Amino acid sequence: MTAALRQDQSPVAEAAPAPLVTVENLTVSFKGGDGVIKAVNGVDFTLERGKVLTILGESGSGKSVTLKAMMRLHPPRKTSYTGRIAIGGREILSLSDRELGQVRGSVVSMIFQEPMLAFDPVYTIGQQIAETVVRHEGVSRQAADKRALELLEMVQIPSAARRLKAYPHEMSGGMRQRAMIALALSCRPDLLLADEPTTALDATVQMQVLILLRQLQREMGMAVIFVTHDMGVAAEIADEVAVMYAGRFIETGPVGDVIGRRLHPYTEGLLASTVHGAQRGQRLETIAGAPPNLAKLPSGCAFAPRCRYVEPRCRETEVPLFHPKPDHAARCLRIDR
Amino acid sequence: MISYLIRRLLYSVPIALGVSLMIFMLVHLAPGDPISAIAPADAPPDVVERLRVDYGYDKPLPIQFGLWLGRAVTGDLGNSVASGQPVAAEVMSAVGNTILLSLCAAVFGFTLGAVLGFVAGYKQGRAMDKIATAIAVAGISVPHYWLGMVLVIVFSVQLNALPAVGMGPGGSNDWAWDWLHMRHLILPAITLAVIPIGIVMRTTRSAVAEILNQEFVQALRAKGLSERHVLGHVIRNVAPTVLAVMGLQLGYLLGGSILIETVFSWPGTGFLLNTAIFRRDIPMLQGTILVLALFFVFLNVVVDLIQTAVDPRIKRA
Ligand SMILES: Nc1ncnc2c1ncn2[C@@H]1O[C@H](COP(=O)(O)OP(=O)(O)O)[C@@H](O)[C@H]1O
Ligand SMILES: [Mg+2]
Repeated sequence: MTAALRQDQSPVAEAAPAPLVTVENLTVSFKGGDGVIKAVNGVDFTLERGKVLTILGESGSGKSVTLKAMMRLHPPRKTSYTGRIAIGGREILSLSDRELGQVRGSVVSMIFQEPMLAFDPVYTIGQQIAETVVRHEGVSRQAADKRALELLEMVQIPSAARRLKAYPHEMSGGMRQRAMIALALSCRPDLLLADEPTTALDATVQMQVLILLRQLQREMGMAVIFVTHDMGVAAEIADEVAVMYAGRFIETGPVGDVIGRRLHPYTEGLLASTVHGAQRGQRLETIAGAPPNLAKLPSGCAFAPRCRYVEPRCRETEVPLFHPKPDHAARCLRIDR
Repeated sequence: MISYLIRRLLYSVPIALGVSLMIFMLVHLAPGDPISAIAPADAPPDVVERLRVDYGYDKPLPIQFGLWLGRAVTGDLGNSVASGQPVAAEVMSAVGNTILLSLCAAVFGFTLGAVLGFVAGYKQGRAMDKIATAIAVAGISVPHYWLGMVLVIVFSVQLNALPAVGMGPGGSNDWAWDWLHMRHLILPAITLAVIPIGIVMRTTRSAVAEILNQEFVQALRAKGLSERHVLGHVIRNVAPTVLAVMGLQLGYLLGGSILIETVFSWPGTGFLLNTAIFRRDIPMLQGTILVLALFFVFLNVVVDLIQTAVDPRIKRA
C-alpha cells in the first residue's frame, strides 16, 4: 500500500518538481587481478524530464562506466558502487534484482555504440523487440509483434515488415542502429542512455540518426544522457554538457556556456581539436599526454600532468567545484582568483 | 531448404565413391591376396587356385573393384572367407548392436557433458567450474579401456552387481528392453561415454564463456530480461558449436570402439573388426569399414543440416 502510494506521487503533482534523475557522489570501482580500478570518482548531477545531458570526454574517461552504472549493468561480482542514483524516485543502487529487471528496458533503456554487437546474432530483429515488449507490458506475442512493426516504422526503416524478419547481420549499420533505437524506445522509457550511438556510423548516416533521435526525444518527452567524444555531436543534441575526465565531471553547464565560455583547460583542449578544422567523428588527439592510470590516480587535479597552466598547488589538494554562475561550474583552481 | 538438402546429398556421392575406392585399395595393398593369406602353407596349389577363381581374386584389380562395388550397391558385400556366411548380414547385426550401445553412451555422455559445461561456463572461475573442469580433464585423459577394466573389477568381480561381457543373459545376441539385457549395457555405455563427456563439456564451457563475454548479453540484461531468458539466448547461441562437436563425437561412437567392445565382448562393429583382423577375413574387413565410412559421410550431412537449421548466419545457398 505504502509502496504503491509512493510510486503514484508523480513529480508533476508536487510543488517543486523533483528532477527525473539525481546522482550524488557516485563512485564505481572494479576489483581486478592487478588492484582496484577507480573508473568513476564522485559524479554529481541532476537531469530534468525531457532534457538532454551530454557527457563529453576522451576515451577511457569513464563515460560508459557512468552510463552503465545508471542501470547497475556492471558485472555484480567485481563492481562496487557508492553514492546515490535516483531515477523517477527509484533508488537504483538499492533495488532488488527483480525490481531492477522491471526498471531496465522500461523506465531506463540504452542504445549501444556498436549495434552489430548489441543485438543477439541468432534472433531476428522482430523477435528481439517483441521479447522486450512482452517482458514489460505483458501483452500477447501477436500484440508485441504488431508493436515491433509500428516501432520500426517510427524509426523510419523502409519495408519494415520485411526487416522484422531480418537477422542483425542482414542489415546495414545505419538500419541496425535505427532498430536499436526502436528497441530502446519500445516501452516508452523516461530516460534513454545513449552510448556513442553514432560513432560507428559513417558521417551522413550519423547525421540522420542524430536528427531522428532528437526528433523522437522531443516527441516522447524523454530525458536523454548522451555520451560522445565528439564536440560537434554534443553541440547538435545537448541541452546540458558535462565534461568528464578520469572519472569526474570537471565542467558542467548549459551547452552554450560550456562551448562558448569554457572554464577548464581540458574543455579548452577538447574544443581546440574541433575548432582547428577537425571533422566530426575524428578522435580528439590534440591534448598532449594520455589520461591517467585509473588504478593509481595522482593526488590533486587528475589533469595536472597534462595541463599547460599547471601550478604547484594543483597537485596538493582535491580541486573543488567552482560556480562562477549558478548553472555553470568547473573544477579548476584558476577560477578561484 | 529441400533443394539444399538434395544438393548436399549429391555432393556426398563422389565422397562415398572415393572412400569405397580407398577401402578397396588399402586392403589390396597387402602382399598376396585374401586366399593365400588364410590358406595353410601346405594346401594343394590347385585348391588355392580354385578358391581364388571362386572368390574372383584372379581378375585385374579395376575389374575386381567394379564387381565389388556393383555388388555392394545391391547390398551384397560378399562372403566371409572365414565362415563362408554373407558379410552383409553379419555387419548389419553388428552395426545394430553398436548403434544401440553408442546411442545410449551418447545420450548419457552428451547430456552430462553439456550440463556440466554449461554450469562451468556460466560460473566461470568458481568452485562449480573447477569441479566440472576436473571431471572433463579426467574424462579425456584416463585411458578408457583401463577404466572399463576397473569398472569390471569393481562392479562385476567385487560387487557382482553387473555383468561384464556380452549383450544378454547366457551370451544371447537378441536384444530386448528389459532389465536382464539392459544390465549388460551399463558398464560399456558408461566407459564409452567418458571421452564424449570430457569433450562436450570443454566445448560447451568455452562456448558459453565466450558468449557471456559478448556485449549483446549485457544488452539483453539492459532490456530487463530475467536471467532465465538471458540463459535461453545463450543456449541458442552455443547450440551450433556444441551440436557440431556432438555430431563428430557421435560419429566416433558409432564407428564402434574396438577396445571397449573387445573388453566387454560387445558384439558390435569394433568387435567384428577385431575378429576379422585376427582371422584375416578380408571381405568381412572391407564390408565393415565400408559400412562405417558411409555412415560417417551420412552423419556429416546430418550435422551440416542441423547446424544450418539452428544458425541463421550460415547461408543455405
Ligand atoms: N568491467 C570492467 N572491469 C574493469 N575495468 C573496466 C570495466 N569497464 C570499464 N573499465 C575501465 O574503466 C575505464 C573507463 O572506461 P569507459 O567508461 O568505458 O571509458 P569511456 O569514457 O571511453 O566510455 C577504462 O579504463 C576501462 O578499462
Ligand atoms: Mg565508452
